[in-house]
Amino acid sequence: MPTIQDIAAYAESSAKKLGISKYDVYGSSVDETSVQVDKGDPKQVKASNRSSVIVRVWNADGKVGVTSTSDVDPLGMDLALQTAQEASAFGVSDHIPDFSPESVAPTADVQVETVPAAPVGDLISTLVDVEKQLLAAHPAIASVPYNGLAQRAIDRFYLNSAGALRHEARSYASVYLYSKTEQEGRKPRSAGAMRVHRGLPLLDIEGCLKEAAEKTISHLDYDKVASGKYRVVFSGEAFLSLLGAFSNMYNAQSVLDNRSLSTVDSIGSVVASPLLSVYDDALHPENISVETFDGEGTPTRRLPIIEKGVLTQFLHSAGTAKRMGASPTGHASIGAKVSVSPSYYQVLPGAEASSEFSLEHAENVIFIDDVQALHAGVNALQGSFSLPFDGWLVNGGSRTSIESATVAGDFRDLLKAIVHVEPEAEITPGGICPRIWVDALSITGEG
Amino acid sequence: MTVAPFPTPLLKTNDLLQRDYAAPRDRFDSAWEATLSTLLGLGRAAGADFVEFFLERNNYISCQAEDDAITSLSPRLVTGAGVRVFRGKADCYVSTNDLTFNGLKAALDKALAIMGLTLPGPHTHLAEINLELLRDYATAKGKDDWLAQCSSMQEMGDVLLAANGALGQRASHVQSRRAVYFRDWQEVLVAASDGTFARDIRLTQSVGYNLLCADGEHRSSIGQRAGDTSDPAFLRDWDYATAAADVAESAGKMLYADYVESGTYPIIMANKFGGVIFHEACGHLLETTQIERGTTPFIDKKGQKIAHENLTAWDEGISPDAFGTIDMDDEGMPAQRTLLIENGVLKNFLSDRAGSMRTGHPRTGSGRRQGFTYAAASRMRNTYIAPGDYSLDELFASVEKGIYCKQMGGGSVGPTGQFNFAVSEAYLIENGQVTKPLKGATLIGEATEIMDKISMCSNDLDLAAGFCGSISGSIYVTVGQPHLKVDSITVGGR
Repeated sequence: MPTIQDIAAYAESSAKKLGISKYDVYGSSVDETSVQVDKGDPKQVKASNRSSVIVRVWNADGKVGVTSTSDVDPLGMDLALQTAQEASAFGVSDHIPDFSPESVAPTADVQVETVPAAPVGDLISTLVDVEKQLLAAHPAIASVPYNGLAQRAIDRFYLNSAGALRHEARSYASVYLYSKTEQEGRKPRSAGAMRVHRGLPLLDIEGCLKEAAEKTISHLDYDKVASGKYRVVFSGEAFLSLLGAFSNMYNAQSVLDNRSLSTVDSIGSVVASPLLSVYDDALHPENISVETFDGEGTPTRRLPIIEKGVLTQFLHSAGTAKRMGASPTGHASIGAKVSVSPSYYQVLPGAEASSEFSLEHAENVIFIDDVQALHAGVNALQGSFSLPFDGWLVNGGSRTSIESATVAGDFRDLLKAIVHVEPEAEITPGGICPRIWVDALSITGEG
Repeated sequence: MTVAPFPTPLLKTNDLLQRDYAAPRDRFDSAWEATLSTLLGLGRAAGADFVEFFLERNNYISCQAEDDAITSLSPRLVTGAGVRVFRGKADCYVSTNDLTFNGLKAALDKALAIMGLTLPGPHTHLAEINLELLRDYATAKGKDDWLAQCSSMQEMGDVLLAANGALGQRASHVQSRRAVYFRDWQEVLVAASDGTFARDIRLTQSVGYNLLCADGEHRSSIGQRAGDTSDPAFLRDWDYATAAADVAESAGKMLYADYVESGTYPIIMANKFGGVIFHEACGHLLETTQIERGTTPFIDKKGQKIAHENLTAWDEGISPDAFGTIDMDDEGMPAQRTLLIENGVLKNFLSDRAGSMRTGHPRTGSGRRQGFTYAAASRMRNTYIAPGDYSLDELFASVEKGIYCKQMGGGSVGPTGQFNFAVSEAYLIENGQVTKPLKGATLIGEATEIMDKISMCSNDLDLAAGFCGSISGSIYVTVGQPHLKVDSITVGGR
């Protein structure tokens, strides 16, 4: 891939040729390798080296046009800018996007360690060994149908015709293991685990293996659960899945589009139990995908979203911030319509909670480890969800795996029905979050 | 006796440096033969058992109207290639943006190295691969002008604004209304060391609505999409007035709907997108990808009864204009019709090249992928349950208390065969009559169990466009079925 300086030069040259005086470019290049194995042999090895940029141009009327392209040589940049110029005739005339006022502001001084890629042979041999160990962990574990070990190096940049020029690189590796059981007269069961870090040598493969094995084994002795209302405990990962699915609640673009559970007046309103506080922090030390600037070049930062149950802040792009009299928060992705999205959640206890809650002593509590099929079971515009889950019925410290069931409710009600936020947080790829206890959620068991 | 000459010219690898391999970047045609046959020969000379190149050019654009303004017009231009190398039954896939000879050679080199092979040395004799005469589905079927015939940016905007205006007039309690459209033009070229050499152009378009209505705490959101392949005039011919009326009516009915009471019910599923039940509960489990992973309960059930005797199902790529229709798959094999289940008996699996090699099931023209960054895998095309002999009235009359699932949301199936899918528009059935609207229903079950409970199919088969995400990315598919009855299924609700 050409260097960022090359791309900047191509863009400048093309823009001059086309009579474009105002433009910006966001781009990235990815070099990745992934492997899967099947019963001791490599199943498929994939490698990819690709790049892409998205360009915005402002025409003489001030309207914006956008084009993305994977051709980042001079010809490709010519075509992209030309197409964007053509598209600019149909750009919005209200609330026209502009450069972020913070596109040249200093970014956080974060030293991101990049780890050199490991040889493919090392990836394969590591995964073959892990698969072997997982198969040996219990006689019922018959296969590891979904597994993978991947490494990726990413370079990303932002530049604009006003002189902004940002660039950063990072690397990460990930492993996932999803094992399946077979037992005579019993239904197959499955469970998995995943780990992410900045490179293969840092990856907690042992932890992933142990978690996958323990979870799979814990689901062997399953039973149906009676339908009804239960006190439910969400794992950190499960709660973060729900929080992400309903992120329109604190997304300024969704609010302005009237496609949110909040309105422009919702800041300051009570949206959750005072036991809950939620932050978004792309710079969090546990965030493997740390980014110091967003797609508009705005520096990222830690942002309080919900503090002790009160909605305190929306996530903003430069455009939404201008419209709502706020500052951009570093959550934008450029496009014909700039979108806004969270980076890395940090969920913490708000008000001090009672110590009476303990999974060791709880009676008739459902512990939900993972919710599934969010694309199908969440209606983010209505606030409702109905989701299959992996979990256990917990009674006096003993856990019985639940055969097949769904949890359903309204997310706004769920936030207010939180009765306990545990002090110990779980670290996940999408954020850190403790177990969250919620009262009276509907559970439907199969049968 | 005569001795035949060498079937192909023999090159020495160091002669490659003097060759001009500048194939055109802006068109995939027979001018690519020399480049690709040489690269394939290099791969075979290195010791690969099979080598395949997949080249792609993509010109995509999406457009969105919100309320009475065009808020997004997003063109995307993509060029890339992938090379797949097999050694025995193991394979490797490497993709790149670089379509020069040296770029493709570098990708091949990387794939070979991963498989423990190396490009031949400078003085090795090299046999180019004899490729078949280019099978050019694009030119043969007059597709080369499709892109130029599609709606311009101006027309996209005009149609969507008019459509959104129509929706605004039809719907009440509107909180937001969106009309969305995309056009995906894709040119592909496949060349493989077995001589495969084929080109195609695919034109996939989709247009639809997303409506959110609100009245106090009551909310309803209804989406509807139409999809098409191969009709450049699709957008300008879209009957948005009818679509607006349908969406507005559904949203109005669901606005004040009660949440469904969870439990086990008989259900009647509507035709068209109701077919997602078969797609999730059975279709995925008939892909050889699932056999390879051991994640299908149907692995050894070919020739055996796996469904109710009233159920017959197909997967094919040939229905005119359907969203999953392809003239050839992404491995260059012509599309075909595949009988999956006949009167409850499993007849065939869906197989790509690798799946066929590893499981023994014959290829079915089902090797599909989102784009050049993915290796092809066995995927569905247009998948549907065949019409039955019952009338719609007979289906409803057989239900004393149940749920009519008129419009489905998305769904998924897990590695143990457990599936789920959401119902976006549902109604209570009491004594054979549709009574009140219900919302929040999710259907859950086991594939092996549900297939035997689809006991009645009506005679009104219809298809609907959808998107399917799996191992080789997100692809365009059709689901379909007639109205059908499931004797009992678990419904998650409140």
